[in-house]
Amino acid sequence: MHNSSRRGFMGKAFGAVAGVGVVGSLVAMKKTWDPLPSVKAAGFTTLDMSIYPEGELITEKWRGKPIFVLKKTAEMVASQTESQKARDVVVGDSHFMIAIGLCTHLGCIPGYNAAEKSFLCACHGGQFNWAGEVTKVPPPRGFDIPPFKIEGNKMILGEAGPEYQAMKDSGVTL
Amino acid sequence: MKNKEPLILVVVVAFTLLTYWLVEPFAHSQMHKHVESQNFAYADLAPIIKTGDAANGKALVTGAAACIGCHSIAKDGVPAGMDAVTAAGSYGVNPPDLSNAGALYDPKFLADLIKNPAHALNVAHKFDAAKGQMHPMIAFAGAGGDIDQEVADMVAYLQSIAVKADELTPKMAFEEACGRCHTMKYENWTQLGTKPEFKFEKESLAYDIKVLEYQEALTKYMGKLPPDLSMYFRSRNEHFLSTFIENPQSQLAGTAMPRVGVTAETAHKVIEHMADAGDTKRHERESVGKNVMIFIIIFAIFALLWKKQVWRDLH
Amino acid sequence: MAHFTKATSVKDWLNQRLAIEKVEKVMASEYWIPKNINFLWAMGMVLAITFTLLLVSGIFLLMYYQPDVKDAFYSVNYTIMRDVDFGWLWRHIHGVAASVVFLIIYIHMFTGIYYGSYKKGREMIWISGMLLFVTFSAEAFSGYMLPWGQMSYWAGMVITNIFSLGGLHMDGLVEWIRGDYVPAQAFLTRFFMLHVLLLPLAIMGLIGLHFAALRIPHVNNQDGEEIDFDAESKKYLAGDKAGSKVMRFANDFMSKDMMVVGIYLIFFFYLVFFQYGFALDPVNFDPADGLKTPAHIYPEWYFLWSYEILRPFSVNIGLMAFGFAQVIFMLLPWLDRSPNAVPASRRGAFSIWFWLLLIDMIVLTAMGKLPPEGIFSTIGLVAALAFIVLWIALPFITMNEKKA
Ligand code: HEM
Ligand code: FES
Repeated sequence: MHNSSRRGFMGKAFGAVAGVGVVGSLVAMKKTWDPLPSVKAAGFTTLDMSIYPEGELITEKWRGKPIFVLKKTAEMVASQTESQKARDVVVGDSHFMIAIGLCTHLGCIPGYNAAEKSFLCACHGGQFNWAGEVTKVPPPRGFDIPPFKIEGNKMILGEAGPEYQAMKDSGVTL
Repeated sequence: MKNKEPLILVVVVAFTLLTYWLVEPFAHSQMHKHVESQNFAYADLAPIIKTGDAANGKALVTGAAACIGCHSIAKDGVPAGMDAVTAAGSYGVNPPDLSNAGALYDPKFLADLIKNPAHALNVAHKFDAAKGQMHPMIAFAGAGGDIDQEVADMVAYLQSIAVKADELTPKMAFEEACGRCHTMKYENWTQLGTKPEFKFEKESLAYDIKVLEYQEALTKYMGKLPPDLSMYFRSRNEHFLSTFIENPQSQLAGTAMPRVGVTAETAHKVIEHMADAGDTKRHERESVGKNVMIFIIIFAIFALLWKKQVWRDLH
Repeated sequence: MAHFTKATSVKDWLNQRLAIEKVEKVMASEYWIPKNINFLWAMGMVLAITFTLLLVSGIFLLMYYQPDVKDAFYSVNYTIMRDVDFGWLWRHIHGVAASVVFLIIYIHMFTGIYYGSYKKGREMIWISGMLLFVTFSAEAFSGYMLPWGQMSYWAGMVITNIFSLGGLHMDGLVEWIRGDYVPAQAFLTRFFMLHVLLLPLAIMGLIGLHFAALRIPHVNNQDGEEIDFDAESKKYLAGDKAGSKVMRFANDFMSKDMMVVGIYLIFFFYLVFFQYGFALDPVNFDPADGLKTPAHIYPEWYFLWSYEILRPFSVNIGLMAFGFAQVIFMLLPWLDRSPNAVPASRRGAFSIWFWLLLIDMIVLTAMGKLPPEGIFSTIGLVAALAFIVLWIALPFITMNEKKA
């Protein structure tokens, strides 16, 4: 048998050391694929909540994603169920529906029908109501809510304030 | 048969080193003249012999000497007379805020600057009074008393309000000493300060236009736009930067850049800030470098031991 | 169709389909290497490792590099050097490896010349090696354009101007190469394509050819000895490992290869982390400016000798001399008229020729970088003439060489 083509003890030891080097460089390679610090730093958006008209859906942008902002009308506020209240975002004395405007099924942007006050996702027919709850499958849950923090009239997206934390803890959003 | 490998190795290494020496250290010594550092002694400037009185200096700076006609002193609540762009329009460059001048600049330099700006700045060749070309900063001709005492007082005042040397960060040193003429894009620095983040592109473009207006005035004044310094730490070496800051004419005869008159310590901080911008990862490079070297040496030792084992049977 | 039986193991399954055992023998365990060779024969492996380093680091640079004249400099110096985790590491590895690879290539070439390893059936190894040298040169040059710094721009300007061929005034050709009147967007994008696609493909193909060319003649040895590989390998396989004049490539010679690679990597990584200035020229950290030539422009060190052959003469003669220098190494197997494939030390006049050529090329390299003034231009001129004279003299020197 070819003896020297088989690795002896030192051959295996050398292979192990080389393997450590390969693993080390894989770690560096993995980190090279990570999102850049400049991408992560761009993760905050500040919204002035005093400018939104009632009952109209406005789309903002945060981390490249659409953010739905709907200032609720007085009737909407009055008619809110318990579960809808749980998703309600209050700034000053205005009530808002704030959500990441991507369908929780596979990420298309649902369209808002102002007359029906509901969202329809064209991709696979999912539906949501004006409060952001899912009303028709396939989407598994209501709209996700982006981390937010309320500071006076302003809302900072990307930072988790107490109101957001409460929603997260109670499972209203993922 | 005797082993020729050590001899071969010596020959290969010797020729490699010879070539390296010729094309690197030797060639560069022939291409660039060597400028000796004077350690920021500013030997051509007269030392301050009088002991300054800060209170009197304050009265002069804010009064008779009329410094605050052009300069702001944020520390003492003296605002700027006009915004930076307008100021650049009238003087060519925005006159600096004097809050930290006492910490940034050499006292001898400050004294000389007050009495004869073009001389201290080493730009006398650019201003010819006979042709009506005056340095935008008006020389202080005395407030009636002993001019040397008055200047010493003003310097003492500036030193009394300035930050302590250890509170002067590299970033501050760069921005205050160099940042009115040079941008540093990779640090988001423009001649008008750190560019804020704007939500709307319109606001961002409006800011850029203000910067361009400032730069236009500056270009007219300097003859060309001072370069962006983001990568200067790597495109020039540390010795060049330090001797250039000390006396620009020594490295680039005829350059429009004035002598800025910073202390050795300020210059050191300025260069450190340039390193933070242009060679951000230098500390990481060193620590990763050390670990890789240790690993590679172990790798080589194991390779050697493996070779020894395999070759035992071959002889 | 071949006859397939139920496999007894994964290895057997593969073996029936891919003949892996056979391949392994041909390429590794029964690829026979003479024992009387020194560490200079490990340079090929060192080159393969260096190329791998270039390839891997290049792939990571490619993920963030932007081949756009407005963004290229920023993408290299801001995004890669500051923003990307370990981006600086890939760039330093890539830049240093691109420079060091030429040092190893030159050592490899001069080893070949010294031991006469381009003769007696080894002509194809030499030719494929020279083609690798030429493609590597093109690869390095095209890569040097990419950061779009001052040296990139002005090297691009000067080198493409060579193609106007002096008195022939082929300005149309120069513009065709650039796709513009000056190096600009079209130029950068096409050199980017060459650098990351066409030339690496060519290099990989040529490496394959180079290895294939080695398999039949086997490598030479340091004593110019004619070895009967069949007889010697039988002896080895019969168990007389110590008595045989040959050894296996794997693991016998490979373990030595790895030892040399280990020592080389110590040197290499030292350069990457602590002494990289020679490979990442400071001047190239100034962004390209088409209205301002840097005070001193010079090619990377590995092009200096041929650059210096161009420089001391008037345009047309300079270009001819330069063209001569580019092709002459390729013709070495035919310019050397002696059949002796033995070390230069045993070849009389050829030995002197060898050392003179080496020293002359080092002198040319040095003069190529120094400012072309005073004594330096005189030395450069003499060295350039000496280079030409040496090659013209080679056939006459070797014609009458005695059988060694
Ligand atoms: C397939 C293999 C390769 C890929 C994908 C690749 C990719 C790249 C990229 C994207 C750049 C621009 C970034 C930078 O400048 O640092 C670059 C630069 C460069 N490459 Fe490559 N490269 C490869 C192989 C090579 C080889 C074999 C050589 C030389 C023999 C080489 C020499 C250079 C040089 C000299 C630079 C400029 C380095 C600098 O200034 O930092 N490359 N390469
Ligand atoms: S993505 Fe909206 S329903 Fe499928």
